[in-house]
Amino acid sequence: MARIIVVTSGKGGVGKTTTSAAVAMGLAKRGFKTAVIDFDVGLRNLDLILGCERRVVYDFVNVINQEATLNQALIRDKRCSDLYILPASQTRDKDALTQEGVATVLEELSREFKYIICDSPAGIERGAHLAMYFADDAFIVTNPEVSSVRDSDRMLGILSSKSRRAEIGEEPIHEFLLLSRYSPERVKSGEMLSVNDVQEILSVPLLGVIPESKSVLNASNSGNPVILDEQSDAGQAYQDIVARYLGENRPQRFIEVEKKGLFGKLFRGK
Amino acid sequence: MSLLDYFKSSKPSSAAIAKERLQILVAHERASRNQPSYLPQLKKELLEVIQKYFKVSEETIMVSLEQDDERETLELNITLPDEEHFKHLQPKPLRSRR
Repeated sequence: MARIIVVTSGKGGVGKTTTSAAVAMGLAKRGFKTAVIDFDVGLRNLDLILGCERRVVYDFVNVINQEATLNQALIRDKRCSDLYILPASQTRDKDALTQEGVATVLEELSREFKYIICDSPAGIERGAHLAMYFADDAFIVTNPEVSSVRDSDRMLGILSSKSRRAEIGEEPIHEFLLLSRYSPERVKSGEMLSVNDVQEILSVPLLGVIPESKSVLNASNSGNPVILDEQSDAGQAYQDIVARYLGENRPQRFIEVEKKGLFGKLFRGK
Repeated sequence: MSLLDYFKSSKPSSAAIAKERLQILVAHERASRNQPSYLPQLKKELLEVIQKYFKVSEETIMVSLEQDDERETLELNITLPDEEHFKHLQPKPLRSRR
C-alpha cells in the first residue's frame, strides 16, 4: 500500500514543483519506489524540472480516458530507476480530470509503488482539489510572505474539510510545513517573517526550511532536481526534509545567519 | 547597543507588521470558514434594519453560528451606542454648554 503525499500551497510560484521533484527524487534515491504525478493539466512543468520533457508520449489524462495504459504513460527516470513520472496533459483543459479517474490511477499505482507524490497546481480549483483529495500526507509549501501564508492557511482549511479522509471521517491528513525561499539575513533585520512567526500563525509542524538559493534556478535550468546538487544549501535542505519525513532526527538548519570567516567575507561578499 | 535598540524599537519592523496583520486576518478567516454562505447577507440585512433605529456601525454587530451535536445556535450581539445617539432621529441636542 502506497503513501500518498500532496505538495500544495494555494499560492503559485512558491516552490511546489521544485519540492515535488526534489522529494520524489530523494525518496527514490533511498530505494523506495516512487511515482510523482503532475496535476497541473494545461500547464505542466514537472517534466521540465525533472529533465524528461522530451520523453513525454502519453499523459495523466490519456490514462484516465483509457487511451493509454499506466505503464505506457509512466516515464522512468534515467538517473534513478526507482523514480517514475506521470506527466500532466498539456492540451486538455483542467476539467479533463475526474475524481473516479484519479482514484483508479492512484489505486493502480498503489499496488506497485511505496510513495506517490501529487504535485498540485496553484489555486483551489479542480486540479488542486483532486491532487489533495486522496492524500495521506500534505506538504504545505509556504514562502515567508503575507499572501503565501494566508493562502496556505486557506489550503489547510480545505485539507481538513474537503479531503477524502475528512469526508469519510478517517484520521485527518498529516500536515507538514515547508518554508521555502527563506533568508535568515532578512529575518534578522526584521524584513521577513521568521520561521517561528509562520509556525505560530499556521500551527503546522515544520518539516524543514529551504533557504533562498541560486542553486534552485541552476537546477531547473538544467532539469536536475536540486536535491541532486549535494553541495548546495537547498539540496541539503531537501535531503534533511526527506530524512525527517522518514522519521530520522535531523536538527533544523538554514534558520540562523551563517557566520562567515574573514575569507568568506572577503571573497564571497554578502 | 542599548541606544541603538532604543531607536530601532521606535518603529516596528515590517515583519512585525506582517505578523500582526496575518494573525488578525487568519483568525477572522478561520472563524468564518465553516459558516453557511448566507451568514454575511443575513448580517448585512440585520444591520440595515438596526440602522433605521440606532446609529451603529458594522463593527458593533456580531453574528455567529455555533454548532454542536444537539443544536445550532445563532448568536446576535449588538453593542448599542451611548444614549445621545438614540435621539439621532430627533433634532440633535446642543452639545456645547455655556
